[in-house]
Amino acid sequence: MNPLYAQLQQEVPLSWYLVLSAILFSLGVVGFLIKRNLITVFMSIELMLNGVNLSFVTFAHQWHAVKGQIFVFFVMMVAAAEAAVGLAIIIAVFRARATLAVDRIDLMKL
Amino acid sequence: MHLILFIVFAGFCLAGAVNLLLQTHPIGSALSLIVVMTSLAVLYLLLGAEFLAAAQVIVYAGAIMVLFTFVVMLLNAGREDRTLGSYAARIVGFPAVVVILSMLATILLHAQGLGTANLSDGITSTEELSAELFTKLLLPFEATSILVLIAILGAVALASRGDGARQKEGK
Repeated sequence: MNPLYAQLQQEVPLSWYLVLSAILFSLGVVGFLIKRNLITVFMSIELMLNGVNLSFVTFAHQWHAVKGQIFVFFVMMVAAAEAAVGLAIIIAVFRARATLAVDRIDLMKL
Repeated sequence: MHLILFIVFAGFCLAGAVNLLLQTHPIGSALSLIVVMTSLAVLYLLLGAEFLAAAQVIVYAGAIMVLFTFVVMLLNAGREDRTLGSYAARIVGFPAVVVILSMLATILLHAQGLGTANLSDGITSTEELSAELFTKLLLPFEATSILVLIAILGAVALASRGDGARQKEGK
């Protein structure tokens, strides 16, 4: 039997997981650049965090290490705190300027 | 079996991520982000991280996305108007994304020594995880709990600032 075919039937190379995580991260960056809504830009950041988390879990599986998974746990906790503060800031910005379009929130732009 | 599950849920993941970019309404983006996070939970389970799979569903797909959809509906965010974006994003941003992604993909696909994942691989039990977390890493854990507490206070202070000012004016 073709060795590649036999391998494909059984197991998935960990590099595929890592490539998936790289693609998720890049899609997050693209979303950060093209989205024009403050909330959606924030969602793209969450997408990037998730991509990074996937590579942490993959490497934890590769090295049979628990510390990688614990790091993902910490990232999740910090992301929850970040989401709470970020959305509160978005609410405050919306109160002050009555818009969510990033093109119109340019007070600090040079 | 692992391969089939991986392809199905990686496909869901990528479809959700692309849909997040294509949706013009924020609520559509939020729902596709939930799809991404839930299928990532299945991928964590395939990699043997059972506690993280549960935490991913509860914390990310549950708590954080509820917060997002709540804010989208609270602020009544409408359809976004597509503009060209910033000059710097077009000149530096997109080429940089393409370069980084192609470099990472090339390096990762040619990396030596990376293993494979199989359904018969053992899963990391929650017991192992918590034994490490609550003995060696107790100080970072407590520091993070203080961070979350401060974040809650900051969120309340930021989000309720307008009401406080209005109350003072009323007096």
